Amino acid sequence: MNALVVSPILLPLLGAVLALAWRNSPASQARIALWTSAGVIVIGISLLAALGGHGLAITQLGGWPVPAGIALVSDGLSAALVTIAGLMIFTAVAYRRLSLRESDPGHCFHPLLLALLGGVCGAFLTADLFNLFVWFEVILISSFALLAMEGRSQQIRASVSYVLLNLIASALFLIGLGLVYGKAGTLAMADVGLIYQQASAAGNGGSLDLAFALLLVAFAIKAGAFPLYAWLPASYHTPSHAVSAVFAGLLTKVGVYALIRLTTQVAPGADWIREVLVVIGMLTMLMGVLGAACQSEVRRILSYHIISQIGYLIAGIAIGGPTAIAAVVFYLIHHIVVKTNLFLVGGIIDRHRGATLSRAAGLASWTLLTIAFLVPALSLAGIPPLSGFAAKLGIIHAAAGAERYGIVAVALITGLLTLYSMIKIYIAAFWTPPERVVRHRFGLIRTSPMLGLAALTVVMGLAAGPVANWSQSVGTLIHNVDAYRRLAQVETQIAEPTPPHDALVRSQP
Amino acid sequence: MMAVLISLTAGALVAAAAYLLTGRRLLHLILGAALLTHGVNLAVFASGSIHPDGVPIAPAGATSMPTGIADPLPQALVLTAIVIGFGVLAFLLALSYRVQRSANSDDIDIIAKQGNHA
Repeated sequence: MNALVVSPILLPLLGAVLALAWRNSPASQARIALWTSAGVIVIGISLLAALGGHGLAITQLGGWPVPAGIALVSDGLSAALVTIAGLMIFTAVAYRRLSLRESDPGHCFHPLLLALLGGVCGAFLTADLFNLFVWFEVILISSFALLAMEGRSQQIRASVSYVLLNLIASALFLIGLGLVYGKAGTLAMADVGLIYQQASAAGNGGSLDLAFALLLVAFAIKAGAFPLYAWLPASYHTPSHAVSAVFAGLLTKVGVYALIRLTTQVAPGADWIREVLVVIGMLTMLMGVLGAACQSEVRRILSYHIISQIGYLIAGIAIGGPTAIAAVVFYLIHHIVVKTNLFLVGGIIDRHRGATLSRAAGLASWTLLTIAFLVPALSLAGIPPLSGFAAKLGIIHAAAGAERYGIVAVALITGLLTLYSMIKIYIAAFWTPPERVVRHRFGLIRTSPMLGLAALTVVMGLAAGPVANWSQSVGTLIHNVDAYRRLAQVETQIAEPTPPHDALVRSQP
Repeated sequence: MMAVLISLTAGALVAAAAYLLTGRRLLHLILGAALLTHGVNLAVFASGSIHPDGVPIAPAGATSMPTGIADPLPQALVLTAIVIGFGVLAFLLALSYRVQRSANSDDIDIIAKQGNHA
């Protein structure tokens, strides 16, 4: 069990090293990447099967107990996200080989993709704030390189702003960490949560509140929340197609995941954070969907939709409580799958018809690709019986239950505008008759990576009941800070100094 | 005393960084980012209590952290953060060099304009 918790991190990093060793053979690199990410999927599923909705598993790295050591903790949410992350990398690698048929992506592509996977899994599993920072940096540095790898001037320009903004976010995160440590004396998430609860009960949670505000801003930048999302649409349409699909699926979601942990474990009962997030969530939804409405490039439209979807997630986090967090968990998984799927199809449109919608046309003759677009597009807009419907319903239901009718209204409007955007892409790229006849076919094998994800959306929509039950128990567990703390089995109170030691120190020359 | 000095220095570094980051030249942005990471590292360093005359080694058999000595954990954290910050900064410098070469300017407004035309 313990080995299972560490292996989603170790396996991709090992795979990255292996892939580097085979750098002269792109085919073997791709094979290594496929096997490694398949391994992560298997590990994720076995963790998920072992934990279910209620279980927790822990590994104390190096055998050092918390607070001196770092613990990796997996609950159902972590296990599910690890599985999905592995699946996204697997799909992206398969997509590049099968759908785009690009020959050589450069010998750094697969190692970086695997390093990114390792970082993402690390961020999903760690129970320590500083360790989370380190995984964020692993993710960022891999993503910097993936973004700038092809070296086109547009990519380099996008990378500069991406790197700078993320550097500032990391600085805010780090200074927040410093303040948390200075005040709480620990960086283990659940322990900080307990100390915060005690401090705010005694009326002096103020200095920790300040630290949490810094963490909140840092996570909001990484998640792409209003008003700090400008870096996202400025960069996500520039990298190669497989890379931007992975970015779209995974990167901002790590920020959202950190926000979930912040509101439920690190700062339980900090109502002001949730009040701020209510406003941020609604504005993020609206700004994202309105931004999408006035774009004309496929990947730019989809980038803005990432932002509006992040808005739903943040709104769900803001509502708080087991039901809302359960809805967020469901939404998160649905969103990663659907968004990656859309970016994969968007990559095909971009590749064969050019980036701007006015030039794209006639893709409807590729029936399978049309299905692979329509399923996630309708799911994103929340049409039943696809997963997006249950996901949106969950958030709206939780909002109505908490009497946050503003969120309900904004969520419904955003859903409608999302449908508008998706129809816009569909009419322009698929429905409009082509100027020239499409000759080559786009068969089952070339479409299979996208169809696979589309099938997952359908299955998740049809099995919404069991999935929702599972996410309900995960949502309840996440709020049980004590369970996470008891797992570490170490008292946080640092005992009084031992007098002999003081004497010992002073007697030294 | 020591902690106050370090805190003031950290504050001054972050303030200078904030000023530089509002600039228009790429070089200013990079310098701002560099100062920001230094300021933040100092702040984290200061978060573990600073005692100039104690060695952070616990005596044999101690079950808890003795006080009166500097907490070694933030120092370990800062070491990690310095390495990460250094790597990211080097990468940023390389990127900026490429941008500057291709745009023939290090004014971000001009660079952005060229990006829109491309």
